[in-house]
Amino acid sequence: MSRSLLNLVFALVLCASISFFGENFIASNFAYYYDILISIGVNIILATSLNLVNGYTGQFSLGHAGFMAVGAYASASWSNHLDPIIFGIVNGSGNPVATNAAMFVSMLFAGAMAAIAGFAVGVPSLRLKGDYLAIVTLGFGEIIRVAILNLDFLGASRGLSVPGTYTNLFWTYGSVVLCIYVVLSLVHSTYGRGFLTVRDDEVAAEAMGINTTKYKVAAFVVAAFFAGVAGALYAHFKAFLTPEGFNFFRSVDVVVIVILGGMGSTIGVVFAAVLLTILPEALRGLAHTEFVPAAYQVLLENRLILYSLLLIILMLTRPQGLFGDGTAFKKWLGRSRAD
Amino acid sequence: MDKLIEVLQQLVNGVSLGSIYALIALGYTMVYGVLRFINFAHGDIYMLGAYSGFLLAPLFAHTFKFGEFDTFTPENTLFILSGAGLIMVLSMMICATIGVLIERIAYRPLRERPRLNVLITAIGVSLFLQNMTQYRLGADPKAFPQLIPVYVIEGLGNLTILTSQLAIIVATIILLIILRFVVMKTKIGLAMRALSFNPTACSIMGVNNDVVISFTFALGSALAAAAGILVSMDSPSINPLMGNLPGIKAFVAAVLGGIGNISGAALGGLIIGILETFVVAIGFPQWRDGIAFAVLIVILLFKPTGILGRVEREKV
Repeated sequence: MSRSLLNLVFALVLCASISFFGENFIASNFAYYYDILISIGVNIILATSLNLVNGYTGQFSLGHAGFMAVGAYASASWSNHLDPIIFGIVNGSGNPVATNAAMFVSMLFAGAMAAIAGFAVGVPSLRLKGDYLAIVTLGFGEIIRVAILNLDFLGASRGLSVPGTYTNLFWTYGSVVLCIYVVLSLVHSTYGRGFLTVRDDEVAAEAMGINTTKYKVAAFVVAAFFAGVAGALYAHFKAFLTPEGFNFFRSVDVVVIVILGGMGSTIGVVFAAVLLTILPEALRGLAHTEFVPAAYQVLLENRLILYSLLLIILMLTRPQGLFGDGTAFKKWLGRSRAD
Repeated sequence: MDKLIEVLQQLVNGVSLGSIYALIALGYTMVYGVLRFINFAHGDIYMLGAYSGFLLAPLFAHTFKFGEFDTFTPENTLFILSGAGLIMVLSMMICATIGVLIERIAYRPLRERPRLNVLITAIGVSLFLQNMTQYRLGADPKAFPQLIPVYVIEGLGNLTILTSQLAIIVATIILLIILRFVVMKTKIGLAMRALSFNPTACSIMGVNNDVVISFTFALGSALAAAAGILVSMDSPSINPLMGNLPGIKAFVAAVLGGIGNISGAALGGLIIGILETFVVAIGFPQWRDGIAFAVLIVILLFKPTGILGRVEREKV
């Protein structure tokens, strides 16, 4: 067993044991922090998977929330219609083995459906790059949202309730670990160098015989799969879905995380996901202390003002993100040692 | 005969909607022409145009008696139009200034950087404008003051045409003629065309590229502001997010017509507007916002250069 695989198994076992022993304690005593903990996990999955497309492959997708929506609605529909038949779960309650099995299957289904959607987006968008690709993925995200709004069996604008909140720390952080593992192994494998070549110089890559098309689609499909998984986790955590939860601004949230962390830096993106999930909560807390004048409360509570300024300032001063692609970080370390 | 009237009716609705898209699309296409990048914040300039009209109108309400006339009469027509025109010109000037400032602060420092960086900045600017407007003026829809009396024009049989629709179409035609004059007959227009042809050669010939780019932003933003005012005359409810969808649809229009091509943008705007009206008319009103994206995807798949665009070879 290779070392990275060993690490994966170890991390999964760690997640399982924390979930097994600590889940109920955290969920009942620190409900608010438990909530944030799950949101962090979901955001990490979304951001690391988007990083494969936006960071490592050098494309620009603005529709990640669309794939998340596909996953969320797929898993919710699966649980609504098929769980009672397959696992005998009625109204979301059953024995732990059945519910966890149901969660696993619905997550896989969600990922698969989102991956199909990713394939559908990836294939036509191959011919596009940069700004065009951004608009087309944005368009796909919006089309998915409009479609959900018009499909009655998905609840249309009324929203869709999900039976059973099966999401727990194990499924969330298990998926986080798996997602990071898959992205890192992909990028660091011989095969995965192709992603980087597509980013660095597409023409040169093609001249070297790299099938750039294949790599772009692969990146899209893998990213969409994990976005779908994140959607399933979200669905089975919130227990209620509305199309508005997956609008353009949700996609922007993920893009901001990726850019802050540094496109093409998994560790940076994970940090940024944690930071940007906690920050709005912390600012909201801060807004209601006596130090902040009433006029500025809204300013602190509105995370989008903060995000927009963050985007502009980052691009002007540090376009590679907080962590860059890792090399800048290492260089900085090396230089400070040399000084 | 009824069918013909119905088609004609939808055509008029489509043209008036399409004129709005055309005005916004011109800004996208001109900026793309000189800078080769999509100004994501352009839809929000359109929103700001509507808001500046909303804020300016009360200042002149007394002088020009906004909302006090019920119909156009031979005596008051000139008076009403000069009032509405003044608001429109002032809003256009305000938005032109904002557009130039945005370019100066957010885009110019990034000109030599990868295009993706500028794109991300533009998204940031767009979010900033929306949310600052929301923060300063409230997220709830505001009622836009009545600049011209809106009523159905009489004497057209079964055809229902509002005065506001007519105003949109006429104003758009006038603005397009002015734009055509500026781009084709003036020195700065010549510089714009030269810049979009070859920036390096253009600056060698003694053109100050920065000035031309600023001017392009001013021109595009002014047109977007005019669109914002015109659309608010027709449907007088404005909100900070109103620029999102029209912005994207106008972008689609610019791509459809061939991005970088000024006549193409106007043509694309009209096509998108008419298409959208007909999608609603034949019974799929809930898909009206989806059609633009569908058009975009089809266009990019089959003819990425658009209807009037020219093919550009990618050089290594």
